[in-house]
Amino acid sequence: MTVISNGTNLINNGAIDSGIATGAMTLIKTLTASSSATLSFVDGASSVVLDDTYDSYVFKFINIHPETDGAELEFQANAAGASGFNETITSTSFEANHKEDDNETGLSYITGGDQAQGTAFQSIQRNAYNTNDNGVCGTLHIYGISSTTFVKHFMSNMQSQQLDNVGMSINYFHAGYFNLTAAIDEFQFKFSSGNMDSGVIKLYGIGG
Amino acid sequence: MGLISNATTVFDNGSMSAGFGGSMTFIKKLTASSSATLSFVHGSGGVDFSTHKEYVFIFNNLHPQTDDQIFTFQGSIDAGSNYNVAITSTTFFANHNEADSTAALGYQANFDQAQGTAFQQTSGTTGSDNDQCNVGILHLFNPSDTTFVKHFICRTSIYSASNYAVDANVAGYFNTTSDIDAMQFKYQSGNIDAGTICLYGIA
Repeated sequence: MTVISNGTNLINNGAIDSGIATGAMTLIKTLTASSSATLSFVDGASSVVLDDTYDSYVFKFINIHPETDGAELEFQANAAGASGFNETITSTSFEANHKEDDNETGLSYITGGDQAQGTAFQSIQRNAYNTNDNGVCGTLHIYGISSTTFVKHFMSNMQSQQLDNVGMSINYFHAGYFNLTAAIDEFQFKFSSGNMDSGVIKLYGIGG
Repeated sequence: MGLISNATTVFDNGSMSAGFGGSMTFIKKLTASSSATLSFVHGSGGVDFSTHKEYVFIFNNLHPQTDDQIFTFQGSIDAGSNYNVAITSTTFFANHNEADSTAALGYQANFDQAQGTAFQQTSGTTGSDNDQCNVGILHLFNPSDTTFVKHFICRTSIYSASNYAVDANVAGYFNTTSDIDAMQFKYQSGNIDAGTICLYGIA
């Protein structure tokens, strides 16, 4: 924010930023899906920051609606200077579920949702129902992306509605690491099939 | 920062901070450097466990000096003189190895406590290879309350010594109505070679 009086800058934006506590969770960028095949966050492009400015980064997904029934929301990353969104991942995957008719509950490991040194897009939510009232929501936390020493850990928790004869609430948990020591500075999100009809993904930086 | 016009204060620093500060407030960052423990003590170094209803610790790239170590925490009710509050907790892990030969989800009976006063284990064992580390987030609710027990929820991701990804989920409570005024973190054995722990207050 800048304070301007009669065309004269009384306080510029830099002074405000340095002088006022703005909180430790900073909104960096919001991307809005509109029949989008992918949504990408690239350091240095369109005001996106993905470097050592913050200790960790959080993506929040608000009602991402799939064009295709049964699609999986996925993500991948690029090391700095790399392309192709195909970094090596080892990960875990499990879910809790409960049907609307109360006839089924479950908690189980999902072998199809993990990777063992794989380079595919990492699923963070599976089998999204594409009816008009369903959107995929949740959070993905990425740690230490600027390190050139350690692997890059991530943890996600997503919630969606799935159709299995009747509606079902599913809560997904994924975690793991990009098995590389190079810094990461690009992330891409997409459904395994079809576009993201609508919804937003917000990127926040966490740090003191 | 304040704004003063012709010797008249238009707004002072306090009003700006109150008006613009976010609801997640950075309190303190501790950086490990071959550290046996990392401790946050109320009243020391800007740490304040009495203002917020929820506190969040974020572990970033913690690296053990010794291979195969479990990262742990405990609380104190005497400003860090003793870290031995009774804990009852639950623990469950998902794990998957790089060789793709093992993948599992299960309750971890060896990691929970039933009125135990030991340091609470947060995860499986982190490896000490140069690129191995553990990360995570610990929520501690209302530690200054003197009526209720003090609940915590912790989720960590680790790169284990045997090359597993582990998603570790721990929750429970410090079974005390005294205020928790210090928290300490350490590996079961050996130092914390590197990494940071940040403490935030949630308004």
